[in-house]
Amino acid sequence: MTERLLVATFGGERDIVDATRAAKDAGYHIVDVYAPYAIHGLDKAMGLRPSRLPWICFGLGLTGAIAKLWYQIWTSATSWPVNVGGKPLSSVPAFVPVTFEIMVLFAGVGTVLAFFFVSRLRPGKHPKVLYERVTNDKFVLVLLQNDAAFDVSNVRALLERFHVERIEERLTEAGR
Amino acid sequence: MADHVSNLRKPLILGNKTYEAVTRDVCHPLDQKSSKAWWMTFLVAMAMMGLGMVAVTYQIETGIGTWGLNNTVGWAFDITNFVFWIGIGHAGTLISAILFLFRQRWRTSVNRSAEAMTIFAVICAGIFPIIHMGRPWLAFWVIPYPNFRGPLWVNFRSPLVWDMFAISVYFTISLVFWYVGLIPDLATIRDRTTSKIKRAITGFFSLGWNGSNKTWLRYETVYLLLAGLATPLVVSVHTIVSWDFATSIIPGWHATIFPPYFVAGAIFSGFAMVMTLMLIVRKVLHFEDYITLHHIEAMCKVIIATAGMVGLAYMTEFFVAAYSGNEYERFAFVNRALGPYAWAYWIMAVCNVLIPQLLWWKKIRTNPTAVFFIAILINVGMWFERFVIITISLTRDYLPASWASYAPTSIEIATLIGSFGLFFTLFLLFARFLPMIAIGEVKGVLSYGHRQKGDHS
Repeated sequence: MTERLLVATFGGERDIVDATRAAKDAGYHIVDVYAPYAIHGLDKAMGLRPSRLPWICFGLGLTGAIAKLWYQIWTSATSWPVNVGGKPLSSVPAFVPVTFEIMVLFAGVGTVLAFFFVSRLRPGKHPKVLYERVTNDKFVLVLLQNDAAFDVSNVRALLERFHVERIEERLTEAGR
Repeated sequence: MADHVSNLRKPLILGNKTYEAVTRDVCHPLDQKSSKAWWMTFLVAMAMMGLGMVAVTYQIETGIGTWGLNNTVGWAFDITNFVFWIGIGHAGTLISAILFLFRQRWRTSVNRSAEAMTIFAVICAGIFPIIHMGRPWLAFWVIPYPNFRGPLWVNFRSPLVWDMFAISVYFTISLVFWYVGLIPDLATIRDRTTSKIKRAITGFFSLGWNGSNKTWLRYETVYLLLAGLATPLVVSVHTIVSWDFATSIIPGWHATIFPPYFVAGAIFSGFAMVMTLMLIVRKVLHFEDYITLHHIEAMCKVIIATAGMVGLAYMTEFFVAAYSGNEYERFAFVNRALGPYAWAYWIMAVCNVLIPQLLWWKKIRTNPTAVFFIAILINVGMWFERFVIITISLTRDYLPASWASYAPTSIEIATLIGSFGLFFTLFLLFARFLPMIAIGEVKGVLSYGHRQKGDHS
């Protein structure tokens, strides 16, 4: 199945945010917006929900901390108990620093890997760049022409209010 | 949004740059052939590193006896260098993580280089404890791994084990943080370069980044999470380094003030090193519009604040020694200021407490040459701070019969020179092949301090 896309290019931050918001309000289906940097407020204009990655980060951090605390208690008190200076075998306060470090390690590295996974980023992946200047100085809004009511001239009139620089129609394989 | 930006704020980036101009300016040094000046500095750095490698090889082959250590002074030059380099690294994390959480947007011009500096400094730091082991091929013994000797585990109550974990995690997280920040910029290079090799390499490492805002949203979330994790991490790392000393019973080491004192000192010395590097980069690569006098002033203010903290810690140590009524503690501090190594103490006090006070004057703060020399002196002073704490305390402990003195051998000095060589070699390679300024982030602050009419490009 192929999809018909409308690809609109803009030259400035304000224009892309306003155009995205207007397209959203007019009920068009926004496939994605491409930008050279993270634009504050663009996610809200697109109607994106906040990322759930913080929960993954929290879960991984907790896992790392519990696992490492258990491991320290197990090695020091069960597997090979050594009396060091008469201290209790399971001296939990002394285990806090390493527990903390491993929590940070799990949470940090794990969150980044989860981010790569959900965003389908992997080493050597061939980039599907719509327009090579989108990583430099251009902003691109992609709309889906999903029904017969989608009238290109109406959309063009809407986007021209926001100084659109170029509009083109593209066909793409579904799933992109 | 731009509407809400006060026009009382000064622009962070000068010269009314367009997005395209930012990409061009930052990528310009990468597109050119290596300059003669770059080759000259690179060869000097490589030569210094080579000297260090010869020294380390000789030391590993012969043993720790090639150093000036003795029964009394078991830690000296190498651990001084270790703490010095770790401290340098901390400013990079402060700039990239803590200033990010505090929304100090001027950090965007310097964070990339500062993070690179962190990674290279931690590499330099990590070498010293390993070679100090004397048998570095057994360095993996500090890691708990399943073995046939019991299994015998490491002692998790030992600050040295905490230190190993802290430094390794710090290195890993710093590297990940730096790489995540680099991905969008690598994609920028991939899409504009004409060189096939460059496109292949940046294409591989940019992970298929295409500027999708859905990815940007997650990216921003991850960046915030990493900043939130790196902030307590950086504090924990130097805290744990200070515990290497504070949990012992040597007078002059056994002090509860050590963790905050070490963290403040680390940020202080790190900022001096960032300043040293940035002033050179700014001049050589013509980044005056990006690293402006405003940035230099802001960093100078951090230096003044941390110099004050360090100065306060010096005085507190003396006060506590006097007030404690402990004669060993009192003697340790009188010996620092008036004993055989008093020269090292006073180099430290002058460079770290008195010289930075010059930065109170705006005229000096906005004079890059003056700031450069002050930063160098702070680097020297902070190296001596670690020498004073570590070596002087050890030379005079409880029993006068066990007192000794210490002088570094040529091997130790060559190793220190070698670590600087390694640091600069890595930094020069970074400056040659990767964007020194975070292109994507700088584009985000272009409108800062400008009144916008619709668009500004």
